Amino acid sequence: MPHNKTQDTLVGLFVAAGIASLFFLALQVSNLSSFTKGNTYEVVARFSNSGGLKAKAAVSAAGVKIGSVKSITFDPKTFESIVKMDIDAQYNTLPDDVTASVYTAGLLGEQYVSLDGGGSDDYLKNGSKIEITNSSLILEKAIGQFLFKSAEENKGSSDKKTSPKK
Amino acid sequence: MEFFRSLGANTRESFTKLGRGSYFLIGMLAGISSVLVRPNLILKQMHSVGVLSFLIIFISGLFVGMVLGLQGFYILSRFGAEETLGVMVAASLVRELGPVVSALLFAGRAGSALTAEIGLMKATEQLSGMEMMAIDPIKRIISPRFLAGFLSMPLLAALFSAVGIMGGQIVGCGLLGVDDGAYWSQMNAAIDFQKDIINGVIKSLVFGFITTWIALFEGYDAVPTAEGVSRATTRTVVNSAFSILGLDFILTALMFGDN
Repeated sequence: MPHNKTQDTLVGLFVAAGIASLFFLALQVSNLSSFTKGNTYEVVARFSNSGGLKAKAAVSAAGVKIGSVKSITFDPKTFESIVKMDIDAQYNTLPDDVTASVYTAGLLGEQYVSLDGGGSDDYLKNGSKIEITNSSLILEKAIGQFLFKSAEENKGSSDKKTSPKK
Repeated sequence: MEFFRSLGANTRESFTKLGRGSYFLIGMLAGISSVLVRPNLILKQMHSVGVLSFLIIFISGLFVGMVLGLQGFYILSRFGAEETLGVMVAASLVRELGPVVSALLFAGRAGSALTAEIGLMKATEQLSGMEMMAIDPIKRIISPRFLAGFLSMPLLAALFSAVGIMGGQIVGCGLLGVDDGAYWSQMNAAIDFQKDIINGVIKSLVFGFITTWIALFEGYDAVPTAEGVSRATTRTVVNSAFSILGLDFILTALMFGDN
């Protein structure tokens, strides 16, 4: 059977298009490109409530992703959630007194851990613990507090309104 | 009594057919090594199975993606979550529609052609002629076609998904005004490489295997008459569709059932 050049070219184009779309799916569509399994170090933070945080959620500082949540476990003694995070090794100069907070990206978005502030000369190392944490905002609690507060305020303002008349 | 007799006869018939099918499968797989040393045979079949299916997969993928973009936008905008359109389009394409719809199209476009070709070869006694010349028709005819179908299927499914995602982007971002950056970044955050992409590729490999096997076996097993070949072609499309959809349910339950 003689080699058919047009056929070879067409099959080559087809295979190239197929493999290119596989690469497109892997790099452009999925999270493979931001997947850094290479050099990371692990830090632990304890939250009194980690809300809807999930493993693989982002850890960011100043809005830039610097790592990901590795695991979330519950400590039955202290009633806290223990969040282990993998931070990219190139960010090895984070002060060890940073504040870890659980935030929500947008109103309906995913929850992530944000590291802010800190001015210590000692840096976070593998296995170190973040002492200062802010729990996630629970919407029901916040609404409850807001309603309670506004009720109190109404009461206060109605007292003020009535008092000058007397 | 007559009912039980026909039921028994049917059972016996399906057992012998399954036996012939597995015997055929073993011969087909055993022939792969002898085909690999003559890649010209595979390339020729990849041309007729893969390259010629390219256009139908490309156009169907584009339109399926565009429809997903429209329908998804309509539903998601009721909840004010248009930004997650990319996630919806990509997840449904990569997990389900990409492998399943491209396998169904593949069975209709390439599978039926394979059955008709081999059935006609059998009807015109070309296969017997080969045996007379001491050429094993399974090695020479069947195995290259199987390998070509098995390798083309994941490529076609990936193409379908990729084109569909772009079609969804054209409709969602171009026509309906979803933010382009949100479309891609939300998709990026939600689609997992191992869980979604790799499982989609595994699905399409399984579908490629089963579809090509059914198509080749039905052709090889066809009654060597015009009517027999036409029935075999029908059976190929019907049985492929059944096994693709049935296996899809089983695979989805195994892959995504635990969460």
